[in-house]
Amino acid sequence: MNPRKACLALSLSLVAAAPALAGEVQVAVAANFTAPVKVIAAEFEKDTGNKVVAAFGATGQFYAQIKNGAPFEVFLAADDTTPAKLENEKLTLPGSRFTYATGALALWSAKEGYVDDQGAVLKKNEFQHLAVANPKTAPYGLAGMQVLEKLGLKDAVASKIVEGQNIAQTQQFVATGNAELGFVALSQIYKDGNVTGGSAWLVPGDMHDPIRQDAVILEKGKDNPVAKAFADYLKGPKAAKVIESFGYKL
Amino acid sequence: MPLTAADWSAIWLTLQLAVLTTVLLLCIGTPIAWWLSRTRSPFKGPVGAIVALPLVLPPTVLGFYLLVAMGPDGFVGRFTQQLGLGTLPFSFAGLVVGSVFYSMPFVVQPLQNAFEAIGARPLEAAATLRAGPWDSFFSVVLPLARPGFLTAAVLGFAHTVGEFGVVLMIGGNIPGRTRVVSVQIFNHVEALEYAQAHWLAGGMVAFSFLVLLALYGSRRRTPVAGF
Repeated sequence: MNPRKACLALSLSLVAAAPALAGEVQVAVAANFTAPVKVIAAEFEKDTGNKVVAAFGATGQFYAQIKNGAPFEVFLAADDTTPAKLENEKLTLPGSRFTYATGALALWSAKEGYVDDQGAVLKKNEFQHLAVANPKTAPYGLAGMQVLEKLGLKDAVASKIVEGQNIAQTQQFVATGNAELGFVALSQIYKDGNVTGGSAWLVPGDMHDPIRQDAVILEKGKDNPVAKAFADYLKGPKAAKVIESFGYKL
Repeated sequence: MPLTAADWSAIWLTLQLAVLTTVLLLCIGTPIAWWLSRTRSPFKGPVGAIVALPLVLPPTVLGFYLLVAMGPDGFVGRFTQQLGLGTLPFSFAGLVVGSVFYSMPFVVQPLQNAFEAIGARPLEAAATLRAGPWDSFFSVVLPLARPGFLTAAVLGFAHTVGEFGVVLMIGGNIPGRTRVVSVQIFNHVEALEYAQAHWLAGGMVAFSFLVLLALYGSRRRTPVAGF
């Protein structure tokens, strides 16, 4: 076999090996839901024997990828507008959209005792940097800006805001101490009913628009029974328990 | 022109960052490249490898370590705080520091190759004419290595213009301070503003092509460019 043929044969065999095995579902998951979906997927795998292959990222990026033929079968978004948009564009299984969780917002600092449980630290305005996710693309960022507006502090702190591209990066800015405090998803700093470190103000839900996170079965998953099974599992009582333990409401 | 004021501000900031980074890198990179091209020290390998690291590391890795090191608890951050400068992330100065590390190999390696290509003989000849080391560096090495300096400056500049991952990690997306073109493109794409993203992204492709065309076009006549 000459080298060119060998190379071709090798590439073809690699391509042929690629198709997904039966009993598997490809899921695109918004970054803020990373921790809970890992627990839910593990339980789903244990209960059904099917495998969940999860990719984590920003909702807007997933939207662009799905539009351009990404192989995801189920999409757990960080908002309700992106799945609705995909539905309008006929890229989903009709009627499969549902709200799987409602996000809770927290003002968090990695330092103990820095953020009080009423958020008065914002009014004191003695910090250098306040981290907020990009409000144009991240629902938690938008909610954070709405809270600032409600407190009448939007202009006062404008020059101190540093933007994370998504909620994961925002949390990183705060976790490394580069920003003294920031608006993060409660799920990022919360486990089994407690804040896991630092200090936080659990922002009351009526201070911002509800952060509804919708899930949808995508075009690519419409013939995969595992996609349907996973979506149903997500609506079930076992998943609900996990979702709530991470600080989401249902 | 469909570009907004925010887009132009990002373009201006990017040019400032790239020019400043290139100037600093030529100042810092020249002695490093000179040392690497002349030394027989056992540290030549490790130093060369450290300089080349940004070529293979994902920019997010570099950016993450810079974020941690320059943060209030990092060793760089402690030092800058003691000097009364505060911390570097989320500032233009921080971006400059990040860009200097990120674009270092693109400046040092062409210079090192150019210096090595000169060899020892012109310097020996200069020494027999009683030129001191500084004199021979400025009147022999610099003119002979000119194509190398051109390559280094162009690549350092262009690479800084195209920087994304490092800025994303340490920038904080602040208009006029840390929001450079690549980040602005990412913002547009994320917000599904594809038309504006196209204008900026297309402009960047055209700009990069022209810069490289200028470089490789000039190289046809000067074979000792070295990269």
